[in-house]
Amino acid sequence: MNAKVQITPEIVAEHGLSEDEYEIICDRLGRTPNINELGIFSVMWSEHCSYKSSRRHLGKLLTKGTRVIQGPGENAGVIDVDDGDVIIFKMESHNHPSYIEPYQGAATGVGGIMRDVFTMGARPIANMNALRFGDPDHWKTKTLVAGVVHGIGGYGNCVGVPTVGGETNFHAGYNGNILVNAMCVGLAKKNKVFYSAAKGVGNPLFYVGSKTGRDGIHGATMASAEFDDDSDVKRPTVQVGDPFTEKLLIEACLELMATDAIIAIQDMGAAGLTSSAIEMADKGGVGIRMNLDKVPQREPDMTPYEMMLSESQERMLMVLKPGKEKIAYKIFKKWDLDVAQIGKTTDTGRLVLTHNRKKVCDIPIAPLADDAPNLDRPYTKPVKRDILEHDVMFDPTKRGSDYNTALKTLLSSPDIASKRWIWEQYDRTVMGDTIDSSQSGGDAAIVRIHGTNKAVAISTDCTPRYCTADPFEGGKQAVAETWRNITCTGAQPIAITDCLNFGNPERPEIMGQFVYAINGINEACRALDYPVVSGNVSLYNETNGQAIPPTPAIGGVGLISDINKTATIGKAKAGDTLILIGETKGWLGASLYAHFVLGMDKPDSPIYAPPPVDLTAEKANGDYVRRLIRDRRVSAVHDLSDGGLAITAVEMAFANNMGVALSKNSEIPLYAWLFGEDQGRYLLCVDEYSVNPIISTAKSLGITAKAVGKIGGDRVQCGDAFDISLSDAHMIHEEWLPNYMAT
Amino acid sequence: MKTAVIVFPASNCDRDAKVALEKISGRDCLMVWHGETTLPPVDFVVVPGGFSYGDYLRSGAIAARSPIMRDVIKKANDGLPVAGFCNGFQVLTESGLLPGALMRNKGLRFVCRPQTLTITNSDSMYTKAYKDKKEITMPIAHFDGNYYADEETLGMLKKNNQIIFKYKDNPNGSVNDIAGISNAAGNVLGMMPHPERAIDNIHGGTDGLNLFKSVLEAIR
Repeated sequence: MNAKVQITPEIVAEHGLSEDEYEIICDRLGRTPNINELGIFSVMWSEHCSYKSSRRHLGKLLTKGTRVIQGPGENAGVIDVDDGDVIIFKMESHNHPSYIEPYQGAATGVGGIMRDVFTMGARPIANMNALRFGDPDHWKTKTLVAGVVHGIGGYGNCVGVPTVGGETNFHAGYNGNILVNAMCVGLAKKNKVFYSAAKGVGNPLFYVGSKTGRDGIHGATMASAEFDDDSDVKRPTVQVGDPFTEKLLIEACLELMATDAIIAIQDMGAAGLTSSAIEMADKGGVGIRMNLDKVPQREPDMTPYEMMLSESQERMLMVLKPGKEKIAYKIFKKWDLDVAQIGKTTDTGRLVLTHNRKKVCDIPIAPLADDAPNLDRPYTKPVKRDILEHDVMFDPTKRGSDYNTALKTLLSSPDIASKRWIWEQYDRTVMGDTIDSSQSGGDAAIVRIHGTNKAVAISTDCTPRYCTADPFEGGKQAVAETWRNITCTGAQPIAITDCLNFGNPERPEIMGQFVYAINGINEACRALDYPVVSGNVSLYNETNGQAIPPTPAIGGVGLISDINKTATIGKAKAGDTLILIGETKGWLGASLYAHFVLGMDKPDSPIYAPPPVDLTAEKANGDYVRRLIRDRRVSAVHDLSDGGLAITAVEMAFANNMGVALSKNSEIPLYAWLFGEDQGRYLLCVDEYSVNPIISTAKSLGITAKAVGKIGGDRVQCGDAFDISLSDAHMIHEEWLPNYMAT
Repeated sequence: MKTAVIVFPASNCDRDAKVALEKISGRDCLMVWHGETTLPPVDFVVVPGGFSYGDYLRSGAIAARSPIMRDVIKKANDGLPVAGFCNGFQVLTESGLLPGALMRNKGLRFVCRPQTLTITNSDSMYTKAYKDKKEITMPIAHFDGNYYADEETLGMLKKNNQIIFKYKDNPNGSVNDIAGISNAAGNVLGMMPHPERAIDNIHGGTDGLNLFKSVLEAIR
């Protein structure tokens, strides 16, 4: 676009700016903006960059804790893991691009989140993801699964960071809008963490990485709008990833970071050069002057507008200490990356851009951040749901079926079925520090901190059907489930990153889902002393007015101080007793049993209240289980989630290649005891001598603990209810996804 | 034993190989940049896994033509032990040090899993320390591991005992289930599985250690 373009109301509207917002811009500039300036305001004030609908609500979240070094507001969160080591992590969405172009969308999602982490001085050590696809029967779902998984693997495998875990759901609510949430965890030294605030005047501004092309222009604006049937025409706004360059960029940046050259560094993510330059300047309270002729360009005749709004991948912006230019040139040339000094810091507080020796932009930086819209969108309280009471007709034998069939139905249901087809495409063992990954079927991934006896446990969780029924309880549950999964390894849960995926916030009921989910997350964080240190908000996840289920995905990180004191789902011994920790009431509302066995998954099915999370019990139960693991009293641990006790026990059987026999000792109806999804529960494998002490200690702590069966043999069974050979059950669990993908 | 690992742009198992070599040799392992033209004086060289040059041409094709490889090829032909794992195997076939080629996996998907291997030549300088053990497990993680060679080459590999490892439950379509081969002299090894990822109890197995031990004993 030409700087002489006349700014019309249509052009303003095309940039996603309201009339009010445009007036503020004119007021702050004291004149009408030119097209470059309008484009810059447009992306900085987009939902994606300004968090205009969410900011005031995010402010409520617990963000401080004894181990928190950096909370939200930087490229990623930083937590202390002792001995001068820090863990830096964040989760981010790449939903819209992945729907339009699944391979590149997912790949660049992984690339982007890794840059957020290594920008801060960390070497990425683990990738995770949380994926939500549409109904398996929807015509587009299979292509999207194949493309997204290929993209995640294609990028992460090449860069050489293990993809160690994640979760995948299928639901018709994502038919027109899948979710691809990627998380990266990195390791750095506490005294070598890098921040984005530019400082000083006259310091050189360096551009490094790939050249700037015309890809992804206005990607941030796309991520801030709804989809319709013509969304495919937006394909050119999807960026293209180059994991090879990313790998070089990681090594080059870490090499430069080991010297004393960098004042501030920021990756060019959404809104590219614009947002990186403005965020660095704004945080440091300085101005920036850039000569766009110096920007390495992939194509001839790029305009300032295109250069400033391009979202070409694998690029970084740095402010260096004066005199360190040569070191930067040397290192980046060694790694065959583009490197150029494109400007310097100033004391004007303004962003001044020149191109072909003409000034093409001159705007004050403060208003871009300070005057960004901060909306108080109206919202409605989510509907209160009825409790699904037990009913004799919920017994499969009263429905012309039997428990064997019910169990098989759940084992082969898309949400529970084995995801081997997915995670076998991810390199989980590169870097040599993976202790546990998706491969085990356990609860959290465990990755050793290189060269030490410590490890981090990582889990990503959200149960969208709970959030749909009750965003507040669903938000709580997502946080509690990561905490529980991390606890299952013996780790101390430390902090979370949140990736909040919702529909159009301009609709009060969607805004209500968002606000209540945040409240739920916050309540759980405070009760569990488990702060939020980073995150991302993705709104407008709708197609043709149909919003996705509210999906606040949570990524949790915990610390294992001694890798000899951990547990996983495996390593049970034949004959071990199964002890169930936590109270069982047989909660069936919003359960997978209700959905897939009772048939309550139809669009017009009534929605019942999801299982509530009693955070006091959650904490007591988890703290007790963690203590037992550290005292090496248990041989294997698995938390109870989708599908309740029956599925948890059978998954434990799979992981240990042994059968399992459950025996009910409760007044609750059998179907509810087996498949209810009460929260805050764990299944432990313990030897015969530990059974009574563990149960009696639990009792003294006010914790419910009961022996519910044994592991061993080659059948999965429960009294007269179900009885299937381990190999049949395993085959049913394994074959759904490969069969689906092969047809 | 003095060891070196070659580092290409986007090698990503270079550190893992270094950790394994240092664990076995008890000495610092040298990291040699692809742009160098001469290998330092060492007893054993590893060409590591990864995605050298992004594997944007054929896997390993560009790395095989990098400056350091000229010296690696020369010294390997003079008898220096050189082993390539995963992408390193691809580099060695592309450089002509090993026969055959590695094509896209039969399933057309990247595959990462613990893989059981049969040791088909227990007498090689890379397998002696396994003694009577015939089956070992170590991770595989590759997209282009489908080994191919023509009948004549396969006949030669068999005749000279150059097939070192075979897959149980072939994961990628390799001809004759071949997972790893040596050159005729036996000093150059290429294999798709990752022995350097099976050297520590946390890896779930340590079957990779004996491969490095074998080399250590052979050059003593």
